Amino acid sequence: MRLLTHNMLSSNIKGVANGFPLRIEVEKVVEKQVELSADFLRNLFPKIEWKALVDAARTMGYAELAEEVDSSMLDSNEFLNKFHHALLELHLEEGALVCPETGRRFPVNKGIPNMLLHEDEV
Amino acid sequence: MWYLCAFYHRLLDYRQAEVESLAELFGARGDDRSLEWRLPEQHHPDTPFHFVNLPSEAAARDIANRSILVKGIYELWGEGGSYEELEESIRSYPDERKQPYLESGNTFKITVDCFGKVISFQEQNDRIKGLAYIPFKGRANLKNPDHKFWLMEIDDYGVNNGLPPVAQRRIFFGREVGGADRKLLPTYQLKSRTYLGPTAMDAEMAFLMANQALATPGKLVYDPFVGTGSILIAAAHFGAMTMGADIDIRVVRDGRGPDCNVWSNFKQYGLPMPIALLRADNNLPPWRPGLKEVFDAIICDPPYGVRAGGRKSGGRKLLKGTVDPYTVPDDKRTDHIPSTASYCLAECVHDLLDLAAKMLRMGGRLVFFYPVLRDDDNVETHFPEHPCFKLIATSEQILSSRYSRVLLTMVKISSYTEEIAEAARLQHIEFRENHLKWLEDGNLHSAVFSPATNPQLTAGDDSKSSLEAKPKYRGKYV
Repeated sequence: MRLLTHNMLSSNIKGVANGFPLRIEVEKVVEKQVELSADFLRNLFPKIEWKALVDAARTMGYAELAEEVDSSMLDSNEFLNKFHHALLELHLEEGALVCPETGRRFPVNKGIPNMLLHEDEV
Repeated sequence: MWYLCAFYHRLLDYRQAEVESLAELFGARGDDRSLEWRLPEQHHPDTPFHFVNLPSEAAARDIANRSILVKGIYELWGEGGSYEELEESIRSYPDERKQPYLESGNTFKITVDCFGKVISFQEQNDRIKGLAYIPFKGRANLKNPDHKFWLMEIDDYGVNNGLPPVAQRRIFFGREVGGADRKLLPTYQLKSRTYLGPTAMDAEMAFLMANQALATPGKLVYDPFVGTGSILIAAAHFGAMTMGADIDIRVVRDGRGPDCNVWSNFKQYGLPMPIALLRADNNLPPWRPGLKEVFDAIICDPPYGVRAGGRKSGGRKLLKGTVDPYTVPDDKRTDHIPSTASYCLAECVHDLLDLAAKMLRMGGRLVFFYPVLRDDDNVETHFPEHPCFKLIATSEQILSSRYSRVLLTMVKISSYTEEIAEAARLQHIEFRENHLKWLEDGNLHSAVFSPATNPQLTAGDDSKSSLEAKPKYRGKYV
């Protein structure tokens, strides 16, 4: 699971009001190289919850992202590289996503988060 | 400028829609204006030959080379109902347009093609020799010519299944501008793919879907029913970033082993991996509340219960009255496998439109298959609607005498608001009421597969007459 996915997901258990951001429990992180596409990053940047990305990257052991950002930084290659690395190259291979409100664990195995709810959560 | 566009004689309903989409992708038409098309005289719309007006040769080349169903787009040098007429027509085509391709430094090749008929090598040679009045100064090169010329003939083959002939005799001579790379299809064909499911999308259709979705580098394409990834593979081939979800964890996570799963399918073709695969329920998507307009396209083949049924969360909880709502005991929560409930087509389509309305950027495309029962007497098919979307293409593929599937291409034209969500809900209720008969769970499956109830069908000679009573139009079968 890449942090892009983490940035898009929330706990959708019935009754949960603040299911975002999910806390990451790390068991195994891998890095997978992805070709950088500046257009793709620029399109996506406004959709990203930045603080959640910074915190998630830190949990995964990557602390290079700036806390405060604005869209002018997208012209800097250095920033794009860091953004790209955090968003698309850090993978949570094994671990879990934890609902911030209820503590429910959504397991992540083989890089695939299992977001399916139990019968009594829908 | 008008070009001659010759199609492969397949998936007839998909041909123009594909060219229209690619024209938009390559900026060869305005957003709301479709291309101008014209048929050769006395030709039925099913004919492989069409004329299309394109702004430039570069656009024509881009469209033809990216397409799957365009055999070739040609600069037409001449046409006629006979070889005499053809000669006259080619002679009167302006010299300044012909000259650059006839120069002595160029190599060329002439291909003779006859639609629906095989002509002998001798005959082909004779026809090429018959073109001696065109002053080719360059050398012929059959392997790697600079310019390819085509002499194409189509004839009226008489009455065919009671159908009107698709064409009158017509001969075309033109210079090839571009054509589909059909070599993609054997490369991606399903039989050589490692990981397959029972409903994996055929490679040709997957490419057509990716073209309808305008998949290109830098775009993000999502498939909420990803299965073995067969649709996303086509999108990834065209350079798009892909993301997929499925409710069945065995399919998305495990596959059939370490080298036989969704990831390995991408690896097999040297394509970039999907940027995310997850297990999620389309009925209760886990996207964070404020998230919207992230995907450039959503492409999918929803499970409509004919070959595979849809499932959603909720399982035993939904069996109201028969079983008490199920609460998972605390000690079993960790590895609990939730039961799922069946997911009828109407609900599935509603959820898909709702998700797409939220998650597609403006101008983004939703491309999906929708089943249609053919024995319905009302010819006018009613497709699902949503106030955020404009339906821009419907392409039917007939799958059996009873049903066909229609590829719907929708464009997002207005952004998602609370009022729109409410309007969409009402529209959905109306749609649902009109389609109650077969949109409910299981009905579509039995309508497609149950034995015929028509007594005539079982009674020898009568069966013929009842078969003939079926609509005669067979074009969409090919």
